[in-house]
Amino acid sequence: MASTETTSAQDAGSVEAGLDALETTAAGRTPFAQTFKNKILPPIIAIAVVLVAWTLLYPVVDNPSKLPSPNDVWAEVEDQWLKGTLLDYIWGSVSRGLLGFLLALAIGTPLGLLVARVRFVRAAFGPILSGLQSLPSVAWVAPAVIWLGLDNSVMFTVILLGAVPSIANGLVSGVDQVPPLFLRAGRTLGATGLRGTWHIVMPAALPGYVAGLKQGWAFSWRSLMAAEIIAQSPDMGMGLGQLLEVGRTNSSMATVFLAILLILFVGIAIDLLIFSPLERWVLRSRGLLVKS
Amino acid sequence: MATTLAKAAETVEYAARLEHVSKSFAGPGGQQLVLDDISLDVAPGEFVTLLGASGCGKSTLLNLVAGLDRPTVGSIATDGRPALMFQEHALFPWLTAGKNIELALKLRGVPKNERRDKAEELLELVRLKGAYGKRVHELSGGMRQRVALARALAQESNLLLMDEPFAALDAITRDVLHDELTRIWAETGLSVLFVTHNVREAVRLAQRVILLSSRPGRIAREWAVDIPQPRRIEDAPVAELSLEITDVLRGEIRRHGQH
Repeated sequence: MASTETTSAQDAGSVEAGLDALETTAAGRTPFAQTFKNKILPPIIAIAVVLVAWTLLYPVVDNPSKLPSPNDVWAEVEDQWLKGTLLDYIWGSVSRGLLGFLLALAIGTPLGLLVARVRFVRAAFGPILSGLQSLPSVAWVAPAVIWLGLDNSVMFTVILLGAVPSIANGLVSGVDQVPPLFLRAGRTLGATGLRGTWHIVMPAALPGYVAGLKQGWAFSWRSLMAAEIIAQSPDMGMGLGQLLEVGRTNSSMATVFLAILLILFVGIAIDLLIFSPLERWVLRSRGLLVKS
Repeated sequence: MATTLAKAAETVEYAARLEHVSKSFAGPGGQQLVLDDISLDVAPGEFVTLLGASGCGKSTLLNLVAGLDRPTVGSIATDGRPALMFQEHALFPWLTAGKNIELALKLRGVPKNERRDKAEELLELVRLKGAYGKRVHELSGGMRQRVALARALAQESNLLLMDEPFAALDAITRDVLHDELTRIWAETGLSVLFVTHNVREAVRLAQRVILLSSRPGRIAREWAVDIPQPRRIEDAPVAELSLEITDVLRGEIRRHGQH
């Protein structure tokens, strides 16, 4: 009996090892050449197409006060760079934007968690939060200036009103999409109350939360630019919105174009450098990112 | 493990005791009785399968024993908090296989410096040495259920509840996992309450098979299975008893078609 038991156990073990080997496939890394062809080349081509179209359109419009040439804008870049102000404009906006975003993160996260987990809070504030998301936060610039005066607190107020609802709503939808099975499994393991929130609910809601962060950043940046363009004051330091306004008052279309391109560029860069890698990491570690 | 079993055997004479348990839910036509007067003891170290067709309240019963829900009438006592395994692996996809097990250890209060070794030990027990750093999606269905089993074992509970844990697996894998479960049950001295609708699986695994009738779930009959382990699902005595149980089960199901 004992000997048959060990042979049958060994047998099961080796069959199992065979099954495991049959059912798992090794995942390799994509070679760089393929990444280049699929991911890097297409946007380069897109930029080239835009530049060519712009160059071709320039002589058709034939009015530099309406459409500057790519060369004019480039000259403006060089000019600002030599004056040493280009990086100041960019950094002024980026530092405000990121600081405001971090504040929004610190407020939006607990708020989202409360709305998601406490029924009364959800019934009371859930609809307001969703509504605020569709209200352009530029609408708050005028009252904020009246309440707070012309300084940086206006910028932060507008960023918060833009980003907090996005972050909170992202977390709420993330929590709503947590499979009930995870909650049951967590409860049988002893993860209840705050421990359940920390070990099960938050990590399970991470994909929705990160999507909310990404949108929250977009809203922060957009709101900040609007606030910088509208609220002008020498005390407020430099920013890309101010650069655009400077271009407008000087009737320099090249400066306006430069400011618009920089706003676009920074928004894309932050997304590509911070939020897209974060999102990819979250999805890939869960096997949710299908390799194409 | 052996010492905990001896201790359990001295202090309590059951791993789970259900006394006159009934459960009803609010349904479209008023209160709907799902479980009706279930009384059942699972002895320490015993392997019991609950067998029944759809609507017999098997999963409801396990939820009650697991403490995820309360009975409408009656009482349930267990020796400590039971571990529960589901039909879906229910592993957390944001953690590796090893960290899933470590989370169970952490929630049980195992100190940090012991967790890693314990997790590796448990993975070895389910023959998944080397899977510690694997993500859930990198494992096959059978491997996931084994990690889930290891995580359930990490709770060091005296009672393991299993809710059709192999139902979603292919027949070959299921067969091998039956062998594994029997081996681990014998090695650890756990009590197991295993729910299934597969008659042969019930007979292959259990020392005692309890047949539930459907709507409401009642204990219809029970069989002691004294075929020596290790059994195989193809063994003649297993097939013979399965046939007998299947006939009774069909009789139970037939009653529902008559009115």
